[in-house]
Amino acid sequence: MTSIVEFLHALGHYNFLQSALMAAIMVGIMSGIIGSFIILRGMSLMGDAISHSVLPGVAVAYMLGVNLMIGATTFGVIAALLIGFVASNSKLKNDTAIGIVFSAFFALGFILISMAESSTNLHHILFGNVLAVSDSDLLSTFVVLAIVIVFVFALFKELQITSFDEVFAKSYGLNTSIIHYGLMIILTLVTVSALQTVGIILIVAMLITPAATAFLWTNRLVYMLFVSSGVGAVASIVGLYLSYTMNWASGPAIVLVAAIIFLISFVIAPKQGILAKLGVKNVKKA
Amino acid sequence: MLQINDLTVAYSNVPVFTDLSVNFSPGKITGIIGPNGAGKSTLIKGTLGLVRRSGNATLNGTAINRVRQKIAYVEQRAALDLTFPISVFEVVLTGTYGKLGLFKSPGRKEKELATDALKQVNLSEFKNRQIGELSGGQLQRVFVARAIVQQADVVILDEPFVGIDMKSEEEIMNVLRGWRDAGKTIIVVHHDLNKVAAYFDELLIMNHGVIDHGPVATVYTQENMARAFSADLSAVLFNKRAGA
Repeated sequence: MTSIVEFLHALGHYNFLQSALMAAIMVGIMSGIIGSFIILRGMSLMGDAISHSVLPGVAVAYMLGVNLMIGATTFGVIAALLIGFVASNSKLKNDTAIGIVFSAFFALGFILISMAESSTNLHHILFGNVLAVSDSDLLSTFVVLAIVIVFVFALFKELQITSFDEVFAKSYGLNTSIIHYGLMIILTLVTVSALQTVGIILIVAMLITPAATAFLWTNRLVYMLFVSSGVGAVASIVGLYLSYTMNWASGPAIVLVAAIIFLISFVIAPKQGILAKLGVKNVKKA
Repeated sequence: MLQINDLTVAYSNVPVFTDLSVNFSPGKITGIIGPNGAGKSTLIKGTLGLVRRSGNATLNGTAINRVRQKIAYVEQRAALDLTFPISVFEVVLTGTYGKLGLFKSPGRKEKELATDALKQVNLSEFKNRQIGELSGGQLQRVFVARAIVQQADVVILDEPFVGIDMKSEEEIMNVLRGWRDAGKTIIVVHHDLNKVAAYFDELLIMNHGVIDHGPVATVYTQENMARAFSADLSAVLFNKRAGA
């Protein structure tokens, strides 16, 4: 097994590894931030749906030779609108509408990608290949991270109140639909940025697992955003190290590290971990 | 004055009420009572435009949509996620968001308002608690404190006394009476009929429409209650033998 020292040595010598590390850290941070709002709004399934629904957008953009972000965002927003339309114009519940729309989009994307590209590239889109990050990928990832930070900083109180108490937000006149669809657009941008690090299949894990971990550690939204993005970044660094040294696919390696951090938190988190709950039970017995 | 004109609300094409018109006067606490499913909460949501409706609602002649910051709404607590990472103080501070508008964060003035509001409902010592750590009564007082910082002309509360302790109920009533004395319009959806005479100045009695509306002494009668609840409640509410 390659040691950490050797990994650091390689990091100093290989540009591709430096780019991969920077991209993975940025994706870890942005998915941690946006993921916090996704889980607090009870939209984990929606995050999964949007991430899968961008696939046909990626394919169409590739075929037309336009920026992947444009194609992916377009299809991500269409999927979010369609899900809302089906749920509000039928007896079907939201999760059913999500299941129908995202599976249809994913199937369409799969066929389009297969027609447009070789199976190797499809594999990379589905599972990520962070070691092939280009300079332009790095730049676009940085731009998306900046957009995410500005979006959350500028609209923090609107995101907070629509996540906590949407009816109250509506009652004072906030247009909650704009906040919702704004978040969906940001989510699609994050998804596309994460294509290369963890891939479409596993991006939902990066959205949910670090945020869920942070949720166990804190009772304040601001701290949750920091802890979540920190967990995302650490999982990305350690996952990339494992990917490089063990020759594992980058996406699964990063996601597994995030899951292990969650598992540890699930046991030892001071307020909501298993140990804390056992402590409460013992106090009650005494 | 809060005026509701020809309001119609339907769920799945089944009307809850049609062409309902009613006025709420300032300087009064008005209770809305009626059986379950009578449309009490729906009237509130229709007035605020939170559900699809026809008709209109105005405050002093201006459409509600244009004066939303003048109305505070304390909704039923059941729908909220009490594990949300937010403190008592932060919840109260959200009451300032409407007037702040987009992109502005609460400053010193807003934080002072929230601190004062928590003092008014005797919850200052709980300000840093996560909201899930409070009792039902304390939680309801937090939402009343949020309504205080909204500094609204009209305050609407939907079943504020459900599942709360007597101390909290009394403290909330004290706040409502203070608002009433300051000339605000207070509307309370209520289910405990035994406290109607003690709590309210006026009553709106509903059952898929208005049964009666006016001062408690005038409209809180055996006949009206029998019409609203389709039952003779005289023994329970008016201390008389049924049918006497």
